[in-house]
Amino acid sequence: MISTNQQLEILTNNYVMEMKEKIQLKKVVNNQSIRIENLNVFIEDQHILKDINLTIPEKSITCIIGPSGCGKSTFLKTLNRMHDESPEVKIKGKIFVDDENIYSPEVNVIDTRKKMGLLAQRPCPLPMSIFENVAYGPRIHGTKRRKALNQTVIQYLQYVGLWEEVRGRIRSSASRLSIGQQQRLCLARGLAIEPEYILGDEATSALDPLSTKIIEELFIKLKEKYTVILVTHTLRQAKRIADNIVFMYLGKIIESGPTEEFFKNPKEQLTKDYLSGSFS
Amino acid sequence: MRKIRLAKDRIARYLMLGIAIFTILFLLIIGLSLFFKALPIIREKSLWVLLTSVNWKPFKGDFGFLPFILSTFYVSLIAIIIALPFSILTSIYLNTYASKTICRFFEPVVDLLSGIPPVIYGVWGTLTIVPLIANKIAPKFVEFSTGYTVLAGGVVLAVMIIPLLISIMLEVFRSIPQEITDASLSLGATKWQTVKRVILRKSFPGIIAATVLALSRAFGETMAVLMVCGNITQIPHSVFDACYPLPALIANNYGEMLSMPSYESALMFSAFLLFIIVVIFNGLSRFTLIQIEKRYQF
Amino acid sequence: MRIKQIEEKIFKVIMMGAAMIILGLLLYIIGTVFYRGLPALTLDMITKLPGGGFYLGKEGGVLNAIVGSLYIILGSLAISIVISVPLVMYINFYLPPKSIFSSIIRFSLDILFGIPSIVYGAFGFALMIYLGMRASLLGGIITVAMLIMPLMMRSFDEVTRLLSRDLPDALLSLGATKYEMTKVIIRQMVPGLITAILLAVGRGIGDAATVLFTAGYTDNIPTALNQPAATLPLSIFFQLGSPVEEVQNRAYASAIILTVMILILSFSARYFSSKFSKHKI
Repeated sequence: MISTNQQLEILTNNYVMEMKEKIQLKKVVNNQSIRIENLNVFIEDQHILKDINLTIPEKSITCIIGPSGCGKSTFLKTLNRMHDESPEVKIKGKIFVDDENIYSPEVNVIDTRKKMGLLAQRPCPLPMSIFENVAYGPRIHGTKRRKALNQTVIQYLQYVGLWEEVRGRIRSSASRLSIGQQQRLCLARGLAIEPEYILGDEATSALDPLSTKIIEELFIKLKEKYTVILVTHTLRQAKRIADNIVFMYLGKIIESGPTEEFFKNPKEQLTKDYLSGSFS
Repeated sequence: MRKIRLAKDRIARYLMLGIAIFTILFLLIIGLSLFFKALPIIREKSLWVLLTSVNWKPFKGDFGFLPFILSTFYVSLIAIIIALPFSILTSIYLNTYASKTICRFFEPVVDLLSGIPPVIYGVWGTLTIVPLIANKIAPKFVEFSTGYTVLAGGVVLAVMIIPLLISIMLEVFRSIPQEITDASLSLGATKWQTVKRVILRKSFPGIIAATVLALSRAFGETMAVLMVCGNITQIPHSVFDACYPLPALIANNYGEMLSMPSYESALMFSAFLLFIIVVIFNGLSRFTLIQIEKRYQF
Repeated sequence: MRIKQIEEKIFKVIMMGAAMIILGLLLYIIGTVFYRGLPALTLDMITKLPGGGFYLGKEGGVLNAIVGSLYIILGSLAISIVISVPLVMYINFYLPPKSIFSSIIRFSLDILFGIPSIVYGAFGFALMIYLGMRASLLGGIITVAMLIMPLMMRSFDEVTRLLSRDLPDALLSLGATKYEMTKVIIRQMVPGLITAILLAVGRGIGDAATVLFTAGYTDNIPTALNQPAATLPLSIFFQLGSPVEEVQNRAYASAIILTVMILILSFSARYFSSKFSKHKI
């Protein structure tokens, strides 16, 4: 026999759990953003990222700028837990994505990565055909139906404006595309896993000016649906497309804010020096 | 002074060119001299009879090589069937999953295994594999087996070629750019999915090349196989029958080579067969690799 | 847990299993040989020649085979280094990169590498009959040289190909002839050459099929190139063929000697190549 007290306890517990679930659901709907608390990253003995605190607003483009070696790329990699693959990297602190700390033990790294579409510095098509490159993500996440796959592939190829260009040779190897086309293909491949966030790691640095322009326009189109976080090495690009700027130097965030404000009235001396080009 | 320097350079160049041409010719010389040594018996019996007859009675002048050819293929086939999955799985494990410490421990072990001479594998085979087959495995399937069988040859050979396969495959997997793996992982693939769909695909030509190399090693391995395969001239009907591969035939009979008519020629013919098998095999694999690369442009 | 994660776990376990089995096999092989051979491994084994009735269990050792193996491997090394080094230098520095000639040479090396040792043995035997030679130290040396040359050339070529073009270009721009350039570069290539040599030694010293016809067998240490020479792998093979158990145990002891020789060689290969690579530019 269960005593009344115990019964009551079980009931209360159930109620609390239900409430928690409801609250979480609400949060997911309302608050699709990234919040970083006290993030510190060490690679072997080196302290790469120091006390990063940052909130990244949703449905906008946030550009991370700073001189090379300041930890921008390392920071971006912490967001989709790519450091998991290198045991020498130690990460402390919390990163809340949709109000869930992605570094808490019960979170599966695969789910985190599925939420983040990454666009790497150099386009890196997988060794398969154009079609299979885009279909790769949906396939590994369990889509098997031919029709659905076809539809997804066409949809995202159209979205990045590649469909018309590759229409007749969708079964040929992806490595035969030009480098700009490859980067758009990689973007389509990333979008096909239906992420919520797009991460770009100097995604246009290997491209010619025309392809860069196409990709930048895509980013602007993307922010209607996704939260976009870009690491960029050119100030001008940040100025052109960013809504928010984060300036990093030697592993620290020096200043962050809305683009216009940032470029017009930088608050810190370091920022002013950087913007005036006295170091890079 | 200047003249002497240039003359030295020219002499060195011609010497080297000579060596280079000789290396290519060497292949032809081996092939042709084995062929001419084998020619008397080919003239006497015709190639077709030699390759398809099962009668092997050197005293009566019957030379049918089919049992030996089939034995060679069976043993090698069993070896590769056993060795290939083990080697692929192990090298994937070492490349993708294992920590650095494990790798550092494992690599010398692989080197060590590939450094052990064939005779020792043979010794080990007679000591462990042969009795194991005779007492434990064979009785479950057939009435009687000495243990000196196709299976024993295949197993010993597999153990021999595994280190070779692993060390080549590790190189192959390492040559795959990290970005490709990262691209797949960042799409949310598990490591195994990445291995299955990307890494294995990318390294396919390399795996084929490794397999061909291991197979040609298997075709020609003499001592280790000779010690465990029974050496009875017959077409093996099951893996528990004894067999007699070509290299063992040559090695066992070289002593009487000169004492019987046509015998020398017959043995040289088997050496020539091995040579041709290896050359054709290498050529074919080279051709397929080029085709694969053309088609997919990896 | 989703299917793909279960799949991941399963395959990880399978792979670890495969790795463990291979590790176990090595220990098993070494263990077996040592278990049978160690009791028979006496000082006599490595210091004495086989006495009368050695193969029936009487006194003696395998010094003849140890020395014979060393003679043969040293001789064949000398031949193959003299031929391999110029060839590798030629394809890498004299021929233009991506020339058809060099890829033909590399292809023939690949095939030569794949040719079984027994075929080299048979070819060497045919060659010796043609030249009117008997089974002898010289015959063994030449045949083993044929066997290890492709291996040595290939691995040396692989290291050389990785060398950056800066040093050769710098030397040429100083007005050096290609021959003079090559002489400097060879110094850079010493570690790669050592690795190639040790790999070749490992293969050559353990191979029985090549020396079976060509070097013959004797209970004495050869004193001239035209005398037959014993080798360790053959010695093991013959002792193992004996019905006497003591002699069989000696075969395992000889196997230990051979394994230890090869182990020393392969570890020093690792050591040298890592040590030299530190000092390389």
